[in-house]
Amino acid sequence: MTDRRRVILSALLPGFPQLAAGRWGGGGLSLTVWLAFVGLLLTRWARFAAGWGGPLDHKIASLTVVAGLIGAWGWSLYDVSNPGGVKQSGVSQWSLAARAFRKNRIAVAGVLVVVWVYLIALVTPLIAPHDPAAQASLLTARMVGPGGEFVLGTDDLARDVLSRILYGARISLSIGFVAVGISVTIGTLVGAVSGYLGGWVDTVLMRFVDMVISFPRLVLLISLSALFDTNSILMITVVLGFTQWPGTARVVRGDVLSLREREFIEASRALGFSRRRIILRHVIPNVLSSVIVVATLAIGNVIVLEAGLSFLGLGLLPPTPSWGSMVAGGRDQLLGAWWMSTFPGLAIVLTVVAFNLAGEGLRDALDPRLRT
Amino acid sequence: MTFDAEVASDADGKSDVDAKSFAGVNGGSGADVLFDVQELRKYFPVPRGVFGRSVGQVRAVDGVSFRLHRGETLGLVGESGCGKSTTGRAILHLIEPTSGRLVYDRQDLAELDRAQIREFRRRAQIVFQDPFGSLNPRMTVGGMLSEVLKVHRIGETGADRSGRVQELLEMVGLHAEHAGRYPHEFSGGQRQRIGIARALAVEPEFIVCDEPVSALDVSVQAQVINLLRDLQKDLGLTYLFIAHDLAVVEYVSDRVAVMYLGKIVEMAEAEELYGNPLHPYTRALLSAAPDRDLKAGPRRERIRLSGDVPSPIRPPSGCPFFARCPHPGKDEECETASPLLEEKGPNHVAACCKDPLPRDGG
Amino acid sequence: MTTRPDLLVVTDLRTHFTTEVGVARAVDGVSFQVGMGETLGIVGESGCGKTVTALSILQLIPSPPGEILKGSSILFDGEELLKAAPARLREIRGNDISMIFQEPMTSLNPVLKVGHQIEEALRLHRGLSKSEARSAGVALLAEVGISDPEERYDCYPHHLSGGMLQRIMIAIALSCEPRVLIADEPTTALDVTVQAQILDLLAKLQDRHGMALLLITHDLGVIAEVCDRVVVMYGGQIVETGTTQDILTRPEHPYTQGLLASLPGSGDRDVRLNPIPGTVPSPVNWPAGCRFRDRCPVAEERCAESVPELLPLSEETTRLARCWRVGSIGGPVEGST
Ligand SMILES: Nc1ncnc2c1ncn2[C@@H]1O[C@H](COP(=O)(O)OP(=O)(O)O)[C@@H](O)[C@H]1O
Ligand SMILES: Nc1ncnc2c1ncn2[C@@H]1O[C@H](COP(=O)(O)OP(=O)(O)O)[C@@H](O)[C@H]1O
Ligand SMILES: [Mg+2]
Ligand SMILES: [Mg+2]
Repeated sequence: MTDRRRVILSALLPGFPQLAAGRWGGGGLSLTVWLAFVGLLLTRWARFAAGWGGPLDHKIASLTVVAGLIGAWGWSLYDVSNPGGVKQSGVSQWSLAARAFRKNRIAVAGVLVVVWVYLIALVTPLIAPHDPAAQASLLTARMVGPGGEFVLGTDDLARDVLSRILYGARISLSIGFVAVGISVTIGTLVGAVSGYLGGWVDTVLMRFVDMVISFPRLVLLISLSALFDTNSILMITVVLGFTQWPGTARVVRGDVLSLREREFIEASRALGFSRRRIILRHVIPNVLSSVIVVATLAIGNVIVLEAGLSFLGLGLLPPTPSWGSMVAGGRDQLLGAWWMSTFPGLAIVLTVVAFNLAGEGLRDALDPRLRT
Repeated sequence: MTFDAEVASDADGKSDVDAKSFAGVNGGSGADVLFDVQELRKYFPVPRGVFGRSVGQVRAVDGVSFRLHRGETLGLVGESGCGKSTTGRAILHLIEPTSGRLVYDRQDLAELDRAQIREFRRRAQIVFQDPFGSLNPRMTVGGMLSEVLKVHRIGETGADRSGRVQELLEMVGLHAEHAGRYPHEFSGGQRQRIGIARALAVEPEFIVCDEPVSALDVSVQAQVINLLRDLQKDLGLTYLFIAHDLAVVEYVSDRVAVMYLGKIVEMAEAEELYGNPLHPYTRALLSAAPDRDLKAGPRRERIRLSGDVPSPIRPPSGCPFFARCPHPGKDEECETASPLLEEKGPNHVAACCKDPLPRDGG
Repeated sequence: MTTRPDLLVVTDLRTHFTTEVGVARAVDGVSFQVGMGETLGIVGESGCGKTVTALSILQLIPSPPGEILKGSSILFDGEELLKAAPARLREIRGNDISMIFQEPMTSLNPVLKVGHQIEEALRLHRGLSKSEARSAGVALLAEVGISDPEERYDCYPHHLSGGMLQRIMIAIALSCEPRVLIADEPTTALDVTVQAQILDLLAKLQDRHGMALLLITHDLGVIAEVCDRVVVMYGGQIVETGTTQDILTRPEHPYTQGLLASLPGSGDRDVRLNPIPGTVPSPVNWPAGCRFRDRCPVAEERCAESVPELLPLSEETTRLARCWRVGSIGGPVEGST
């Protein structure tokens, strides 16, 4: 009876039953996604429909809306109709960590913000009030304050700040995501191989790590910008990715060094498992939790770095709407048009803080010392 | 050395290995030798000093020889740090020995190629002490066991393998439904059983048991000891049983070797060793073990060792036990000359140049 | 046995922990006394509440999640410790009751010289000056049997072996000349030869200073070596108590009998060991009725129905057991040992 009502409720307002049950992580996410995307469909139907025939990013935006709606709805219904309860046995360390993580409200909030920032970045073409590159009349709409037609004001070239922040989110976040993807893959492999094999391999790899770390990234970027066109998203992503990995490598190597002494690794060797199998199936799954933490924190770090580089004029250059270059662009106008730098700055802070909160929460939840 | 030629020759010189071999003690000299360990040494480099020079070597195992016969249990006792685990790992080639010959079932392990090493890994296994560290925390028990089966191509289909996993679990006293669980969902004793099941998955004939019960409570310890003994009987296993609990070793072993500072100082059949210990160290060790048997009347006089085990980095040049030896007859000879294992009774060797003192009864 | 004035009287001690899965009744109604100069052993498998009992006496239980329930009483020399003010408690912990732990490595500060750590204790408890403290500290090291005490005094913990560190822990515990020493598995991490040295040392120091010793261990051999009386714990409760001689030679409770039968030892290698089946359950859900019931070879229906009380076995009140089958009415369990 109540079950039935819960099912109906979750079909209408996905996430609401979960939210009511105090599970505001999953519930909050699906409810907000549902409400926001339904609202978006109602108000921006024309753009949504146009998306299917538009350019790629526009297509992706429309697809995201559909996927988000189906996801929120499907998850909530599935969850309500399968009241699994807490599994008593066969519970992996991952699910234990997830249980611990859910209790950490601040970290869950961090994850919610992160997910939402990504969703907004994806649906930007549907919601941005203006074209980020389009200039309104330089005479009437230059450095207009927040409010009115331009919600967050316009910049010195009479472009809408809000739209530029939205488009900038896509750039900052993809750079963060891809660069960290590159760095974590390299870092994990280098760290695992170095730690597990030890000996001269370890020495050589670690000296290489030292070299990469000690090489100033700024110098690298400056020299690269002399050689190539650094004003390319791909270039800056690759450069950040290929200079970010030593941190991960060191963390992973440390973990592997202590793992190597664990008897289950020795047992695997006694059982005649190949090195490849031991590294891939036994070592890496056990360092994954540290890698996840490092990666989450690194995304925030890379976003700040990219902003910093762009601010210095070494990264993306105008008119590409990157958060860093927007802050930079507004710095001369700080007294006259404070909104030009402040809002993109806030976007950076919000995103990076959210990533750090999520990362800290993951670190606590995944800490193996809390469990055996 | 006074090893009688008979012992070496009654493996009827089938190979040069046997002809050259250092005999050690052989309970029932005609028995089938499974593992022949000759003059095994393992030195670890000491991490460099502050100024980058090598400080020396840890002589963890320093010339250990023994033979294991099919179906027997050889106990290995000694204080921590005397090289028991290193011996167990070195004979399984989990660590590369510094020197020495390891002859397993007439094959010199140093000469094996990769395929043969793999085959050796199927025949010789190890069970560890730490019930928390010896299982991969990210894998289910069933996953762990079927991985072993898959790697060694035991069982054709997935169904074969899960049937075998079930069998293995039941063999060590667990249930089929435990296969879906993760290590952290088991108690220490159960984890030790899982470790045993994993070793048994490849159907080995020889298992190094490295302190398999030391971390367990007495009741659970007894359960695991019973399990190991039942398995030995049913599957005809050969054990090298490492422990520091003298009573446990006495109970499970046919023969016992006592180690001190990387060397075997005494080896004999269990009853003989416990009833008639000859080396002063063995005596001290036995008398240090707390005596639970209050019914047996007043305790006999205690031998108390002073001080700690010397550092294996700079081991004494003569008898390794010299500094702590309570033997009243010890002299310069002991201090300078390292005594060799000598036959002091039937199948009873000890490394002491002095005659054992008569023991006061009790 | 001569009766000694009771120095430490624990009555109906209950220490519970609030955990995610429920309330862990780690110690649940434990009562015992220790007299001056006496050695009382507490024995039982891990998870039986031995350490929590010891920590409760000094009120070192982390709270939350732990809580010593109302109705518990810990009398030290007639003074109720559970009602003592924090300042008074610190004074007692420093001066009258000391504790040593299982892991000497982790009980010492790795970045301070051991001498410094002893000095600290001496200056705090005895109010000595720096130079006085040094000579007293060196004397203490000598007393606990450390050779070259002058030299060792300036060593860092990682330079010393486990046995030596445990001696230093004992030296620190003795620095205040305590009247009660609580030793929680002091030799579990050590080799038998060193264990024998440490046990000898504890016995010698006890003779000399006349302190009461509460020795916690899971090793019945250690109990046999040094204890006058024994308390056997299971499931947060005392299941049997008596003199060492009685407990080891005429155990009455099936748990004590099971512990003894689990030990390899007296001889015959062909006889299978006869261990207690199963493991200690979680303190969150002890079985109803007798807590040992589902591992007990002689359990009956009434064991599931109601909780047996800890009753005297005969007129003498020092011999108690918690089992329906023994006690004033029943008589000892037939069968094992
Ligand atoms: N990997 C290693 N590197 C350096 N020294 C080691 C290593 N493994 C063991 N040792 C040293 O070798 C000696 C023997 O150790 P081990 O065989 O573990 O002793 P046991 O098992 O008898 O306690 C010890 O002094 C130990 O410190
Ligand atoms: N801080 C704590 N929080 C929750 N449970 C605890 C805590 N400390 C001890 N316990 C529980 O109390 C029980 C008794 O522990 P302990 O006294 O350490 O056992 P013993 O010393 O006999 O091995 C254990 O089951 C343990 O899980
Ligand atoms: Mg060892
Ligand atoms: Mg304890």
